[in-house]
Amino acid sequence: MSDRLFPNKLAGYLEYMYVYQDYDQRLLDERVAQFRDQTQRYLDGKLAEEEYRPLRLQNGLYVQRYAPMLRVAVPYGMMASPQLRMLAHICRTWDKGYCHVSTRQNIQFNWPELQDVPDILEALASVQMHAIQTSGNCIRNTTTDEFAGVNAKEIDDPRPWCELIRQWSTFNPEFAYLPRKFKIAVNAVPDEDPALIGVHDIGVQIVKNAQDETGFQIWAGGGLGRTPMTGEVIGEFVEPRYLLAYLEAVLRVYNKYGIRDNKYKARIKIIVKAMGRDKFRELTEREFAELKDGPITLTEQEMERMRASFPAPSYSSLKDLPEALEQALSSSKAFSRWYHTNTRAHKQSGYRAVTLTLKKTGRVPGDITDEQLDVVADLADRYSFGELRTTHQQNMVLADVRQDELFDLWQALDSLGLATPNLKLLTDIVACPGGDYCSLANAKSIPIAEAIQHRFEDMDYLHDLGELDINISGCMNACGHHHIGHIGILGVDKKGREYYQITLGGRGDKVSRIGDKMGPSFESDEVADVVEKIVKLYVELRHDDELFIDTYERVGMEPFKERIYGPAN
Amino acid sequence: MAQLIKDGALCENSWIRITPEDAEGIPANGDIIVSLSCWQEQKDALKDHNGKVAVCLSPGQEPAELADDLADLPMIAIDFPMFADGRGYSYARELRTRYAYQGEIRAVGDVLQDQLFYMWRCGFNAFDIRADKDASEALKGLNDFTVTYQADARDPRPIYRRQPA
Repeated sequence: MSDRLFPNKLAGYLEYMYVYQDYDQRLLDERVAQFRDQTQRYLDGKLAEEEYRPLRLQNGLYVQRYAPMLRVAVPYGMMASPQLRMLAHICRTWDKGYCHVSTRQNIQFNWPELQDVPDILEALASVQMHAIQTSGNCIRNTTTDEFAGVNAKEIDDPRPWCELIRQWSTFNPEFAYLPRKFKIAVNAVPDEDPALIGVHDIGVQIVKNAQDETGFQIWAGGGLGRTPMTGEVIGEFVEPRYLLAYLEAVLRVYNKYGIRDNKYKARIKIIVKAMGRDKFRELTEREFAELKDGPITLTEQEMERMRASFPAPSYSSLKDLPEALEQALSSSKAFSRWYHTNTRAHKQSGYRAVTLTLKKTGRVPGDITDEQLDVVADLADRYSFGELRTTHQQNMVLADVRQDELFDLWQALDSLGLATPNLKLLTDIVACPGGDYCSLANAKSIPIAEAIQHRFEDMDYLHDLGELDINISGCMNACGHHHIGHIGILGVDKKGREYYQITLGGRGDKVSRIGDKMGPSFESDEVADVVEKIVKLYVELRHDDELFIDTYERVGMEPFKERIYGPAN
Repeated sequence: MAQLIKDGALCENSWIRITPEDAEGIPANGDIIVSLSCWQEQKDALKDHNGKVAVCLSPGQEPAELADDLADLPMIAIDFPMFADGRGYSYARELRTRYAYQGEIRAVGDVLQDQLFYMWRCGFNAFDIRADKDASEALKGLNDFTVTYQADARDPRPIYRRQPA
């Protein structure tokens, strides 16, 4: 069936992203065969549950509350339209007609049957997609700025480096059984952190030195989860050709010295803190010295091949603010609002980058249906060079839209329910699947998100409030990134009942900052009230058009605490 | 039935692993694998042993501990008490690359089909498959992939150095 639906698969597509060579495809096909065999041996009772578990996890397959969950990798968040159509096909054929964008820019299916997963993987492999290392104690999908390549502020395109990291980390034989999961992010924007590198196991910041040469500043030891912390710089300036050598050195130190007898202490952040940054750096430098200038050193040819894999699309030569756009902006208030909220400036004049918000009130944050996926694929083909990105805020991006076509695109998106003008506003809530799906969760997150969205349905008020990130996680694993929400909400279990702990002042924009705990937790039906009170107080306290996070940083926790819990004794 | 895979084929295992708990101590004859602590305590005596002597590294015992002894050791065993503890992969790579160790590196303990390919790439050339598993089945694990991206102990060239110019 997939052959009929996708003749020649990706022919004519993928012009603007990495295209698989024969060997990349062969590796994927071999992986499908391997996983099919592993699953069969498990179903035949030849492979014990505890032996199969890490194998399926390294292929993104969790056993969830009601059914397995399959997490599909979207390397650095980039997809081409045939890949979107394949996701839609999988939604229809093996799931319940929808899927979910995760905070690692991946796609999750909530209802596949275990025995169908090899077939799903085979379908994915036919469009150069897979679920490799989307879970388990290994190197996960590398993430970056969803506006990579079109962000006027970036000093280099991060995607070639992400692809190099993807290949180096894919089935790296030495690092398949790490103490814990390992996440890498790459950022090329100075003074901003759209990829959240500060809260990654390794963050790669692309920098320029005094001679204007490009290199990498390497951060290590950041992470959310049970013990959230921001990372520290361990490598000041790593030359491009040594990127993989340096990463390999860090991973080897972590693989040898990471804590393995307590999974809550097993992330790299704990050993960086325990041994101290200087000691960690010394061990890394020792490994690096041996790897440096060895065969792992990137060749000029390989770096050039990767750069050439992400060419700028064939833009037309256009002016900013064409007449068609100006007219639409002045004639439609709704379009104008969406334009200002959900589109952003572009490197190329005459174009904008458009975010499709998957945050309509009443819908699970980050969910998208098969029908929407199919239409979005068509819209990508028509308006954005056939390409689409996923974001860690659980939205999607059409990165290269002509300004004179924005109004048409908006109309199409609006009728799909993907043009809610709430990007970065309070109702653009990031939430993990929570207790409705996930067996790890202590509490539900989706109904909390919905309750909050219902309190803030007045668009004028939302826009008046301005940027305000709410992040909800159903447990300590922090898939909803609650620590970096301006308002963070964490589900906890208290004697079998669901409670919610609130943090304020987290951020993941210019810098990463872990939010502060407000105080005792709340029952589920109190959370929306509390959020409303917090927001009301912010409106009372703000100076002019000061944003929530700036007000919080100015006044601190006390006024909020007092408003919510009453005056301290 | 043979449980040992060596250099890609099933074969008989002539080695006896002496764990610290073995009450009878070291047998007078035969090829033996001793623990690192046993080796460090009785190195001189073991050099006179009537048979070959290998040392087993457990997680937490790095190859550096054997740096001065490598020339005397025909085999180093690396123990996987649980297959999910991946320290042994780095130890094997270090032995092959940093120390250019040429002898046998044998995986012992919780050694299973689905980890063999990674182990082999890290420099293991012998695998003592866990007793309850069929070693002839496990052997298939060495052929899971024909494509690899990274440099490894078998081929020091990553894929970008293997491509024709």
